[in-house]
Amino acid sequence: MSQTLNASTLLAVPMAPLVGAILAGVFGTQFGGNWIGRRLTHSLTILGVLLAFILSAMTLKSVVMDGARFNESLYTWMVVGGLKMEVGFLIDGLTAMMMCVVTFVSLMVHIYTIGYMEEDEGYNRFFAYISLFTFSMLMLVMSNNMLQLFFGWEAVGLVSYLLIGFWFNKPSAIFANMKAFLVNRVGDFGFILGIGLIAAYSGTLDYAEVFAKGAELTALSLPGTSWMLVTVICICLFIGAMGKSAQFPLHVWLPDSMEGPTPISALIHAATMVTAGIFMVARMSPLFELSETALNFVMVIGAITALFMGFLGIIQNDIKRVVAYSTLSQLGYMTVALGASAYSVAVFHLMTHAFFKALLFLAAGSVIMGLHHNQDIRWMGGVRKYMPITWITSLLGSLALIGTPLFSGFYSKDSIIEAVHESHLAGAGFAHFAVLAGVFVTAFYSFRMYFLVFHGKERYDQNPDAHHDAHHDGHGHDAHKPHESPWVVTVPLILLAIPSVVIGFMTISPMLFGDLFKDAIIVDAVKHPVMQELKSAFHGPVAMALHALSTAPFWLALAGVVTAWYMYLINPAVPAAIGRALRPLVLILENKYFMDWINENILARGARALGNGLWKVGDRTVIDGFFVDGSWKLVGKVSAWSRKLQTGYLYHYALVMILGIFVLMTYFVWLNK
Amino acid sequence: MALTLGHYLALGAMLFALAVIGIFLNRKNLIVLLMAIELMLLAVNMNFVAFSHYLGDMHGQVFVFFILTVAAAESAIGLAILVLLFRNKNSINVDELNSLKG
Repeated sequence: MSQTLNASTLLAVPMAPLVGAILAGVFGTQFGGNWIGRRLTHSLTILGVLLAFILSAMTLKSVVMDGARFNESLYTWMVVGGLKMEVGFLIDGLTAMMMCVVTFVSLMVHIYTIGYMEEDEGYNRFFAYISLFTFSMLMLVMSNNMLQLFFGWEAVGLVSYLLIGFWFNKPSAIFANMKAFLVNRVGDFGFILGIGLIAAYSGTLDYAEVFAKGAELTALSLPGTSWMLVTVICICLFIGAMGKSAQFPLHVWLPDSMEGPTPISALIHAATMVTAGIFMVARMSPLFELSETALNFVMVIGAITALFMGFLGIIQNDIKRVVAYSTLSQLGYMTVALGASAYSVAVFHLMTHAFFKALLFLAAGSVIMGLHHNQDIRWMGGVRKYMPITWITSLLGSLALIGTPLFSGFYSKDSIIEAVHESHLAGAGFAHFAVLAGVFVTAFYSFRMYFLVFHGKERYDQNPDAHHDAHHDGHGHDAHKPHESPWVVTVPLILLAIPSVVIGFMTISPMLFGDLFKDAIIVDAVKHPVMQELKSAFHGPVAMALHALSTAPFWLALAGVVTAWYMYLINPAVPAAIGRALRPLVLILENKYFMDWINENILARGARALGNGLWKVGDRTVIDGFFVDGSWKLVGKVSAWSRKLQTGYLYHYALVMILGIFVLMTYFVWLNK
Repeated sequence: MALTLGHYLALGAMLFALAVIGIFLNRKNLIVLLMAIELMLLAVNMNFVAFSHYLGDMHGQVFVFFILTVAAAESAIGLAILVLLFRNKNSINVDELNSLKG
């Protein structure tokens, strides 16, 4: 270890965005009297994030080049019994990589926002929020203990809530942010139970100390049951990940979160926050490795999400929702990889996905701007002529997403499919089918959207709601001609398109088969030899790309693209015909598998009925009626009767006295001999 | 016929019973009530003297003096209360004095 990392430099990484957020949030808004204007606000926050990015890149460099590691607690918040609650940083390959991804995407989104939010009144507030998000996310990934992880976890959830409801005058946005908040609470409940179990049984919250006690935990079972403690802990933690990373059945909040402005959809709901669950499971790999059951659970949930959420992407017409369902599906892929013990593959896909999905979202946002806030892909078409940069970058992003050989998504996604194929878990068969089928679905919905938006006939003037929309956004461009976005929007697109294309090619060797994650991700190589199998089959990125040409995923992806091309460009009558023929299926998809219906009518209504019942029967009848009112009524009745004894006449009192004496005398003289 | 202890005790019991009946039956006058209490004390005194004489122990008669003293003090206080009561209520009728009623 030639160079050790410096605590104050590391501290500066999350603090720089936080300072930016505070300055922007306090002095840039009405709260602090609008002291600083728009230009200064975005300069300050961008400067903060830029600083964080530069320091993160330097950290990554010293981690990779010099093998530097850092694991130290910087501040003790409190000590309760033997349990220490601290703030500290753990820097290894995993953390350093996440820091770079988070700060880079965040930087791109900050710059993009200058253009996207230009006309919005909440400009400064928005910058404050996204900088605050960057701070929270960095605290989450840099943490060296569960408590700080939980802090970051909740903080990103809070910012996500604030940003989904950014346009708080829109009832649908308020509904969506409440939904996201509540669904995440369900996940967080599991998460905190998991952390609580860890604290209870290992007596510490520090990662390294917990992992060191992993073997001890394996021997234990949950009291009163025969369940392995580790399994319960892992499943609880994973429920947290299901909430945050939107895995079935806690995925329902993510599509609705598209009510928020597009830059945060890219930053929070595609690239970073939703991958916190994946990161967390990868970080907890030493624990997950101890439980086959938990890994199976993880894999099956991931497979369900990967395939079935992809189906939903096919029938969506809102450009952002298509990308959102694609995000869900890709998160499912990552989760499947986690289940297959290929944590590094999951994290690798996390990274490539962060770039190309952020790119796709920002490109979608650019299209939305160019089309005067129309989001419906049925009323787009032919946009490539007007928005060339957005078009090319979108195409690159889509190619990366569907796993075209040599693109970044190819390396990560193909590795996932291979890893699942090599896995020997019980759920691996189903998962392998799901991820393979998912390749076709992904290619189909991605290129359906791509063709509908950028190719074909120009339909943007046929939108029945167009007049209303144009009026709504209120800027006076002539006609409804699309226009290319300003440079602050296109530059981030280009900067994100570059890693979307090349990052997989460049980093697959060090990330999957090198020792970047050597001490961060621990895999039980005997029981789960997936990574060894992958390594023995890997002969460099070019060979992998060439080999892919003869494997199923490539042809499935190609088939998806061709199908989309045929159905949406050549013969647009086909989708409608299929839709009519398979009406019940389409109905199920349109209702998103009735998950919302189940949540609203069974869970929410059931909870309300239970609450009503407890209120009316439990509270009003039993507690209020019987115990509270009943006790005073009883006292009243007894005293109403007993006050009749108090006549107030002296001779009555005297009589009672004398009778009492007689009774006592009788007792003492005759009976008590 | 010589007077025996039994005669004295019977007299005491009769006096006491008279006093008790006086308390219960009297619905008119508070003074009668006080007098009935005095009578009760005297009945007790009678028993003391009778036993004292019978047992040849002077302690009983000493106690009689104490009781007489206390009874005198008690009557004085009782009458003083009675006077105040009459000033306030214009009545010493027992049936009207029921302000202790719950």
